[in-house]
Amino acid sequence: MLLIHCPYCEQDLPELEFAYAGEAHIARPADPSKLTDEEWRDFLFIRTNPKGVHFERWRHVNGCARFFNAVRETVGDKFLATYRADEPRPDISSLTGDAK
Amino acid sequence: MTATTDPGVTVTELPPPTRITLRVADPTGQPLPTRIGAIEGCALCLGPDEWLLEGDAAADLVAGLPGPYSAVEVSDREITYLLEGPAVLDLLATGCPRDLASMPVGAGARTVYDTAQVVLVREANDRFRLTVWRSFAPHVRALFDIAMREIAAGL
Ligand SMILES: [Zn+2]
Repeated sequence: MLLIHCPYCEQDLPELEFAYAGEAHIARPADPSKLTDEEWRDFLFIRTNPKGVHFERWRHVNGCARFFNAVRETVGDKFLATYRADEPRPDISSLTGDAK
Repeated sequence: MTATTDPGVTVTELPPPTRITLRVADPTGQPLPTRIGAIEGCALCLGPDEWLLEGDAAADLVAGLPGPYSAVEVSDREITYLLEGPAVLDLLATGCPRDLASMPVGAGARTVYDTAQVVLVREANDRFRLTVWRSFAPHVRALFDIAMREIAAGL
């Protein structure tokens, strides 16, 4: 079982306490009524779905109940970092070391 | 291996105490623990803005808060079991994925047992209180009974 570091509990805790909650850093449009149907569709449904480093939301639902963000490498399922929901996106190269 | 009939742990349903779920956006300067899992007086910190208050002092604590806060009495929402005995960690390990051996005495946590959300409080090295929503209690209790038979049989 994976251990996930909760940035609010400040502990490594079992995956079963957590729930995945989709891609992170998706900004809601300031004025949705100004968007075309295609732009609204992209906001709602179109995601990056990368093979590799992915920024995503998780919720410690069976714990402190907070949403937070994580950087996960989707091939090996390795968590590179987790950070609080109000913190900025971390720099990928500082997490993966050799990434260019 | 010699089979025994003593599972080394007992499960007792406790009468419901006063239970209040408290939400406070900014607990700075208030009489509440702020480290998640910490217990001070009757208050267990479940999350950055959430506490479970248990016992006779709960209502007084709420009355003394400067506010604003949200406090809801949920005494009858849950069932509390007292789990006690040298095999208590073996019993909990049958359904709880947390490393409970490293949980300090006097601390607590919200976690899962099987698929049910529970709140655990470690009262002593060999004694925990497990609080589970009422509708999940028969499921959890039935799993405890199976696990206790397995532990007693030396499995
Ligand atoms: Zn947490």
